[in-house]
Order: sequence, then structure tokens, then C-alpha cells
Amino acid sequence: MANHTVAETLPVPFLEKTGILSWILSTDHKRIGIMYLVSISTFFLIAGAFALTFRFELLTPEKNIMDPHTYNVLFTLHGAIMVFLFIVPGLAASFGNFLIPLMIGARDVAFPRLNLGSYWIYLLGAIIILIALLKPADTGWTFYTPYSIQTETDVIMITLGIFVLGFSSILTGLNFIVTIHKLRAPGMTWHRLPLFIWASYATAILQVLATPVVAITLLLLIAERTLGIGFFDPAKGGDPILFQGFFWFYSHPAVYIMIIPAMGVISEIIPVFARKPIFGYKAIAYSSLAIALISFFVWAHHMFTSGISEVAATIFSFLTFLVAIPTAIKVFNWTATLYKGSIWLHSAMLYALSFIWLFTIGGLTGVFLGALAADVHLHDTYFIVAHMHYVMVGGTVMGFFGALHFWYPKWFGKMFNENIAKIAWFLVFVGFNLTFLPQFILGTQGMPRRYATYPPEFQTLNELSTIGSWILGIGIFIVVVNLIKGLFNGEKAPQNPYNSLSLEWSVPSPPPHENFEEIPHVTDWTYGYGKKQNTEK
Amino acid sequence: MSWLPEVASNLASKVDGVLWFITIISLIFFIIISTFLIYFAIKYRRRGDDEETPYITGNLTLELIWTVIPSILLMVIFVYGFVVFKDMRTPPKEATEINVVAKQWLWQFEYYNGKKTLNELYVQQNRPVKMVMRSDDVLHSFFVPAFRVKQDLMGGRYTQLWFTPTKVGTFQLFCAEYCGTGHSKMLGKVIVLSPEAYDRWEKGEEEEEGVASLSPAERGEQIYANSGCNACHSLDGSKLVGPTFKGLIGGESELEDGEIITADENYVRESILEPQGKTVKGYPPVMPSFKGILSDNDISALIAYMKTLN
Ligand code: HEC
Ligand SMILES: [Cu+2]
Ligand SMILES: [Cu+2]
Repeated sequence: MANHTVAETLPVPFLEKTGILSWILSTDHKRIGIMYLVSISTFFLIAGAFALTFRFELLTPEKNIMDPHTYNVLFTLHGAIMVFLFIVPGLAASFGNFLIPLMIGARDVAFPRLNLGSYWIYLLGAIIILIALLKPADTGWTFYTPYSIQTETDVIMITLGIFVLGFSSILTGLNFIVTIHKLRAPGMTWHRLPLFIWASYATAILQVLATPVVAITLLLLIAERTLGIGFFDPAKGGDPILFQGFFWFYSHPAVYIMIIPAMGVISEIIPVFARKPIFGYKAIAYSSLAIALISFFVWAHHMFTSGISEVAATIFSFLTFLVAIPTAIKVFNWTATLYKGSIWLHSAMLYALSFIWLFTIGGLTGVFLGALAADVHLHDTYFIVAHMHYVMVGGTVMGFFGALHFWYPKWFGKMFNENIAKIAWFLVFVGFNLTFLPQFILGTQGMPRRYATYPPEFQTLNELSTIGSWILGIGIFIVVVNLIKGLFNGEKAPQNPYNSLSLEWSVPSPPPHENFEEIPHVTDWTYGYGKKQNTEK
Repeated sequence: MSWLPEVASNLASKVDGVLWFITIISLIFFIIISTFLIYFAIKYRRRGDDEETPYITGNLTLELIWTVIPSILLMVIFVYGFVVFKDMRTPPKEATEINVVAKQWLWQFEYYNGKKTLNELYVQQNRPVKMVMRSDDVLHSFFVPAFRVKQDLMGGRYTQLWFTPTKVGTFQLFCAEYCGTGHSKMLGKVIVLSPEAYDRWEKGEEEEEGVASLSPAERGEQIYANSGCNACHSLDGSKLVGPTFKGLIGGESELEDGEIITADENYVRESILEPQGKTVKGYPPVMPSFKGILSDNDISALIAYMKTLN
């Protein structure tokens, strides 16, 4: 009898239902998160495979396996798919969906059906981009005019796909903003929020404000290609730099759409594995907002050599240095959190520490590019390629892998093999550095980016980089296999394997359908690790 | 192997000053952060499950220090970068002007005396030059690493760049802004001559001298590589933007209108001077005309070279 009642009130894990319809019609934020996770990971692997292929081409100065056009197509697809299908939706859509309601003590996001709609729009955009692969564009992911107007490849289809993806991004952003404002559990004040929530909030604002600009820009581009209206092509009386201005007005904030959620992840992982409160909570929280805000006013630092005026270049250089400050503060805060901690080097923590280290390199090399005279020499060389990968892979992808390993037990209710995860981390870390460190030197030596062939003096460093890409590829392959294997024969995960204080760990693994049986009452912030001294209040 | 290219212009050493300055500051920060990361990760490694940790949530002094010091350093870097940039953007009045036209995928230079060169820019040591540049089609970017200069070119607007070459020698010119299939072959050379040699070059003596010792086919090979044919035409039978040169002469070409012709010397000559006249089927009509750029001698040399490829 007693048993019976328990069984009835026992919450149903959200993964229990099976069948395709239970997924594609589900409004459960955790399921939608998984659909995003699977989709973005697939595109990450596809775009990564493209990169491995054209990196192989670069093993030799002259033609190795493909002609220049194929090379150009591959780096275009690599960039476009990585940016628009993986990294922009990325952590925000997958882990954002999964974690935001759980972390703030809500049963779901504010508009669950809209949330599902966003996913469908994402999928539609993805399908359009896949169709665009039939006659793939060769413009680079930046679609600079007038080349994107003149090339005979299919630019319209892929930009249309990105246009559609934009709506998904905007709607997700709106949904998260409202969720964070309205659905926080009683007692979950702004200053008790986990930093991942602050990061998601800043990201959502960027998504809502910046995305419409790229949407309009791409529409203008499509109009110019189909109707011949001269917005950007000087041959038709347009202004070629205008496109760059528009494009970066979105794409620079987008860089922060890509990185801020990863910063949020790091702020969650480090305190748990160091068993220390996060150092400088408010500084980290508000620096996310500061970065989001300033990032709207630095776009022209991608254009110092494009022909913009000196005054403009100077102002944008100055503002760029401003955005470096809140970023630096975060790095110091994370490092300081480790002080006197009890550090468990779990694979998730290894990714988090790698993030700090690699992101520091990415950030410091960004200082070179913000300084006008230095940028003139480095712009459009491999230095840019290296810098941007240190931020996007060393930063965001490390954050993504960290998040995967950290919340995996919660999300799927299973454990993965931790030893294999550590080996994979090591390969990823070494492979990544071997791939991209040489590229800094290639850049300072003057090798331009987007070169299918190159002068022979650059060969040694290119070889190193290509070999690095193989190690990185193997590492990522092991990560994927290890995590997928865990789903099938991993041990059952306990509710709270790392003794975290955050709300998502107070529910079973995997969480039940509506997360909380009873909405929790929050009385303290998430980071109350360590022993309070008497002196501290 | 050095991390920077050689220093061959007045601007290069100034830019290097900025690069070194930032490198040193960055390295200091990098070393500080790496040291703390690694030291903490080792020193505070978890040894038992119930280790006690202190409850530290912040430290105002520390946070102020690490906000203010980087801010000051960043401002110094900003000003330094700006000051040198200002120099790079302010050509001296006495600078000689050279017109630059970029098109897919070659560079054309026109000098004050009407002389024109292709993919080879001749300048005189220690004499400042100012490039007045435009593009005939898409964006390109004029980049000479040894001079540390770079500037995009576009249609419908002139852009400028200046430098004073300080070393005699030959330096690589790259197109740094992606411009399509031939982007990585849009290469050129900057040839810096001593004042005497430059005088001779202006009078047209230099050319004959170096060339006399080469056979026509050898000269043709040079022209192939230096005049940008290699961006669009391969030698090994593979298809680039245009058809390969391998087996071209004496072989058959199908024209846009379906006519099949046997390529002879005259056809090749016509293709080079008036490429839009008879275009080959299956290729875009993008080949630029070399009229006024390649002389009759040059074309004969090219033909001699093509014959060796059969
Ligand atoms: C911008 C790319 C480009 C450059 C640079 C270029 N060509 Fe071409 N060329 C083409 C294309 C495309 C075709 C085929 C269409 C046509 O006939 O116009 C072609 C055709 C030709 C043909 C006829 C080939 C045939 O199979 O019938 C000859 C000969 C030729 N080019 C010679 C040259 C020489 C010599 C140079 C260098 C001085 C040169 N081209 C530079 C693109 C280029
Ligand atoms: Cu070019
Ligand atoms: Cu180019």
C-alpha cells in the first residue's frame, strides 16, 4: 500500500518516453536542448571534417589533393557551418535550454511552444544551408561584396539559410530574457543567480539586438544579386565597405554570443571542483553585461585596412581596448578562485582550466589586432586565423566540452569513462596547440589567410599545423565515442556526483519531466563552498 | 627563422616597435597567469574528500589592482599603435606617385613617365613612394610583409599607401584580401633598385641586359610565372580558372559557339591580346587583355615556352 503511493508520486524522468514524435513535438526544454545538442554537434563534426580536408591540402605549398576552387569552397563551408550552425546557437541553445529553467528553479522556459518553434526554425535554416551545398558558395563565411555578388556559385541559398537561422536566434533570446525575468524561484534574487544565467542573459540581449542587422544585410545582398540593385557593388554605384560595416555590426557582437555562454560555463565548473566560492561574483556578472554592451561599438576593428577613415579607425581601436578590460577581469577572477581550493582535476575541470589558458592567449593576441599599427601588418594573415581559433576553439569549444563532461550525468543519468575522457582531453589540448600556435608565426611572417597555395618558405610551419589537426581530430573523435558509449553502457549517475550546490543538482539525474516537484525556496547564492570564517559576517 | 620578416622599409622598424612592445607586455601577463594556474592546480590538488577550504568571495584591493594596471597598459598600447599608424597614413609631400590597378588576379603598376609593369613593382631605394590604388573588380589588398604595409583596394574609390624602401632586393607582394579562385596566385614582387640601377631601369636598359642570356622558352617561362598566367592556367593538365597550357599548341579547342579550332601561334596571340574575342567553351570570360602590357617579344617567348609543354 505504502509502496504503491510512492510509486505513483515518483516523478517520471524526462527521457522515459521514446519514439520520434515524443521528441519532435516535445516542449520540454530538456528535450529541446538535446535536439539542439545533437544538431549542433553533428554540424560541428561536419565542419571539422571540412577543416581536416583542407588542412591536408596545405601540407604542401602547391597543389596537393584539390584545386583552388574546391579549397575555397571548403574553407567557406567550414566557416559558415561552424559559425552559423554550431557556435552561434551552440551553448546558448543546447545548454541554455537545458540549464536555465533548472538553475533558476523553474519548470520550463517562459514560452515552451515558442521554444520548440525556434528549434524548428533552426532546422529549417539548416536544411536550406544543406541544400545550398549542391552548388556551394566560395565567398568565405564573411560574404564580402562585391565578390559575393559576382561569383557564379550559389550565395543566395546559403545566405537565405542564415537569414532563417536568425529568427531562431532572436526568438530563443527573447524566450530566455523573459524566462530569467519572470520565472526565478522565490528567493532567487539577481545576485544569487548562477553566473551561467548572467551569461545567458547577456547573450540573449545580444541575440535580440544584433541579429536583425545581419538579417537585413543578407536580404540586401540577396536583393542585389537577384534584382541588381546597387547597394554594395561599386560597378552599380554601391559602396563595398558598407557591407563590411553592416556585416561586422552583427558579427562582432556575435563573437560574444559565441563566447559569453562558455564564460558562464567556466564560472560554474571552477567553484565546484575547487570547492571555493567564485571570486568576484559581481565583477564577473556585470562584466558579461559590459562586454555585451561595448561589443556593439567595436565592429570596425575588422576594417582598419579596408579604407575607412583614420578618425574612425582611431575611435574603434580605442573602444576595442575598452572591451579587453572586462574580459581580462574575468580571467583574473577565475584564476583567483583556485587559491586555497581543493582542486579535483576532473575532465570537466581540465577543460575549464584549458579554457582559461587558451582564452588568455586568444585575448592577448587580440590586443595586437586592436593596436592600429600592428593590425595593419597582421590583418588578413594567419595571425587572425590563429587568434580567432584560440578564442573560438580554445574558448568556446573548450567550454562546450567542459559543459558536456560536467552536466552529462545530470542530463543523461549516466556516467562516461573518466579515464578515457582525460586521455581525449590531453589529445585535444596538445592537438589544438600544435595546430594553431604555428599559425601565429605564419601570420607575423606574413602568410595571408585563405591561400590554397603558398610560398615554400611557409611549409614547415604548415606541416606542423596539419599534423596538429590530426591529433586534434583523433582527440575529438575519442571524446565523441566515449560520450556516446556512456549513454549505452555507462553506470547510472548519482543525483549529485560532484557535491554541487546549484539547483540543477538537487533534482534526480536525469531530471523529471517538470524538473521540480515543488518549486524550491532559495535562501543563499549558488557558490557557498568552503568554511565561513567568523570574521566574515 | 625569425618570427618577423626582414625589415626593408622605413615603416617596418616602427611597426616592429609596436609589435615587440605588445609582445613583451603580453608575455608578462601570460607568464603570470600560467604560473598561477599551474601552481594552484598542483599545490591545491585535492588529496582527500573532506579537505577544508576557506570562504573567500573577493578582495577589493586586488580587484582594483587588476582592473587599473591592465587598463593603463592597454591605453599606452592604444596610443603607441595610433602614433605609428598616423605615420603610416601620412605620406611625405615629395613622395613619387605610382598608380596601382588590381584585378583578378594580377597587379598593374603605372609610373609617372608612362611606363607600365605587370606584377613587378620597381622602386628606388630610399625614395618615398605613394601608391594610388584601385581595383577593377572585387576587393584586393596590397600587402608587402617586409615593408609592414597593407591596404585594401576597391572599385569606385582610390585608396593610398606609402613607404620608403630602405633595402635593395626583391620582396614578396601578396594579395591579402580574398578575391576568388586565383587569390593565392595573385602574387607580385617589389624590386628595390639602387639609385643608379633605377636610372638604368627607367631608361629601359636593365631589361635587355638580364634577358639577353635566356632562351625564348626560358623567358616565356618567366613571363608565365610573373605575369599572372599561372593564377588561371596550369602546366600539368589540370583545370584552373582557364584551360591548361599543357598540349595547348597544336591541340584542339572548342569555342563558345561550338566551333572547333586547332590552336596555333596566331590563335594564342589573339587569345592573349583579345581574350574576349574567341572564348573557350566551358570557361568564364574573365581573362584580362594583355594588350600594351606584353610586348610582341614577350608573346613570342610565351609561345616558345608553350611549345615545350607538349
Ligand atoms: C584571370 C584569369 C586569367 C589570366 C590571369 C590569364 N588567363 Fe588566359 N584564359 C583564361 C580563361 C578563363 C580562358 C578561357 C576563356 C577564354 O578563352 O577567354 C583563357 C584562355 C586562354 C587561352 C586560350 C586557351 C585555349 O585552350 O584555347 C590562351 C592561349 C591564354 N588564355 C593565354 C594566357 C596567357 C599567356 C596569360 C598570361 C599572360 C593568361 N592567359 C592569363 C583566364 C586567364
Ligand atoms: Cu586579390
Ligand atoms: Cu586576393
